[in-house]
Amino acid sequence: MKLTIEKLHTASNITDQFKPKSSGIIPKGLTLIAVLIITSILIVILGNIILGGIGIISWDFLSSPPENGMESGGIFPAIFGTVALVILMTIAVVPMGVMTALYLNEFTTPGSKITRIIRIGINNLAGVPSIVFGLFGLGFFIGFIGSGIDSIFYDSGRPVWGQPAIIWASLTMALLTLPVVIISTEEALRTIPQDIKDASYALGATKLQTIRRVILPQAMPGIFTGAILAINRGAGEVAPIMFTGAAYYLPYLPHKLNDQFMEMGYHIYVMATQSPDIEATKPILYGTVLVLLLLTFMLNFVAIILRSKIRSKRLTI
Amino acid sequence: MLTNELKPKDKNNSVRQKNIKISIRDLDFFYGAQQALYKVNIDIIENEVTALIGPSGCGKSTFLRTLNRMNDTIAGTKITGDVLLDGTSIYKNFKDVSLLRTKVGMVFQKSNPFPKSIFENVAYGLKVNGINDKALITEVVENALKKAFLWKEVKDKLNKSAFSLSGGQQQRLCIARALAIQPEIILMDEPASALDPLSTSKIEDLIGELRKDYTIIIVTHNMQQAARVSGTTAFFYEGVMIEFGRTKEIFTKPKKKKTEDYITGRFG
Repeated sequence: MKLTIEKLHTASNITDQFKPKSSGIIPKGLTLIAVLIITSILIVILGNIILGGIGIISWDFLSSPPENGMESGGIFPAIFGTVALVILMTIAVVPMGVMTALYLNEFTTPGSKITRIIRIGINNLAGVPSIVFGLFGLGFFIGFIGSGIDSIFYDSGRPVWGQPAIIWASLTMALLTLPVVIISTEEALRTIPQDIKDASYALGATKLQTIRRVILPQAMPGIFTGAILAINRGAGEVAPIMFTGAAYYLPYLPHKLNDQFMEMGYHIYVMATQSPDIEATKPILYGTVLVLLLLTFMLNFVAIILRSKIRSKRLTI
Repeated sequence: MLTNELKPKDKNNSVRQKNIKISIRDLDFFYGAQQALYKVNIDIIENEVTALIGPSGCGKSTFLRTLNRMNDTIAGTKITGDVLLDGTSIYKNFKDVSLLRTKVGMVFQKSNPFPKSIFENVAYGLKVNGINDKALITEVVENALKKAFLWKEVKDKLNKSAFSLSGGQQQRLCIARALAIQPEIILMDEPASALDPLSTSKIEDLIGELRKDYTIIIVTHNMQQAARVSGTTAFFYEGVMIEFGRTKEIFTKPKKKKTEDYITGRFG
């Protein structure tokens, strides 16, 4: 008995010799380096923004309009415009995205030719550069739909809808974020077990009732995830709104759907590239970037809270 | 009472002369090009438990699902022949499949409660069928839960999630849910196959009780279960209904060699 145990020990020693000594250290080291690089980049970016921007943020900065060619004053119109843009975009993109996902998952045969073509279309839409969306919005929404409305309902000659406006910018942004909403809704729909749908049908429910009472409540967290991602994207993109509604400077807040608006991302772009004295606007630029980051975090945070509320309600009630 | 009157005549062990609830005529069923059922003919008798037995993939579940047109939800299926419910074709004469499914309830193999409260689970079928009277819904939910032997266990936690129940309780909740819409027929697709012996015997007791008011058709892999709960049994093999008759007869002196082989465990 003793002998066998000793033998075993020697045997394991032998195999140990053949094992690479550093196994575990190299992969761990490499992954750790990757993590360090990522976090330090993030820390540098955030640190720079926070240090540069924190000094200028005050109630005045948040609540007053820009003055003096943007060299002083605040950014309230840009904050207002960004929030309005994101809200209008969400109102447009979520129903459209959810309905598309429902169509693909509930009303067509999975793997059929038509769904495959639509899916390819959606994936391609996700890969289109955002500036192309901007140009498309200009050509389609403003040049075609807006001008079309003008020529049918207005005859003043002055453009009413056929001009850059917050509604067109929101719709353009909605198109840009549509794939995100569709894909995350589809993922949520796919996780709903067939036997729950069967149970609903077996109780005499129609397809629409099943969608409304069983499928959509179950998919809600996934839909919210899609909306969160869309909001993130929408609050940060500048290219789609450059031609479709964002204004360099506006003395008033947008109060109609066909008004132009100021937006924070565009405001940052303008201050960084178009301002007469870039050095003088730098503190405001930093402050605006910081506020934009905080605003995005906040919109995210609200959506995440809502989602977790729905999730817990779904599981416990 | 009817049963007692008829018993003396039941000498030759043939299917008793009672009302025929569902009559299946030359039923062929296809998944795409693949045929799953071949010329099935069965008369299901009212207020009796009919067991469908046979090896996996023999078509018994498919057959069960043709009776409430659940196969309609699967793309590419095709059916020929007919199923008559009280003499009315469920394929030709029921424009509204929802109405059919309120007459023919179903309990599935795996308990599948909705992620809703216990109360909402049972009330679901009423609500989707347009009943909004709260007092009525409360009453029907209570009755259905009582009929499913579940009321005592859940009456104090009707607003709790259905997932807080045990597996056996969840399955009885699914039965209560099916009962709430006042069906005439209940289809059960291996309702106890995922349950422990105690929960299984509770479900079997329940089936014994429900038989008085409902026509029950149950798919089962468990021979003893079929023998315990059913009055008539149909044996399916490779999409063909091989033998149909009194359960006692099928299990003691089957007419067909295949049936005997299956029941004695020679295959399947």
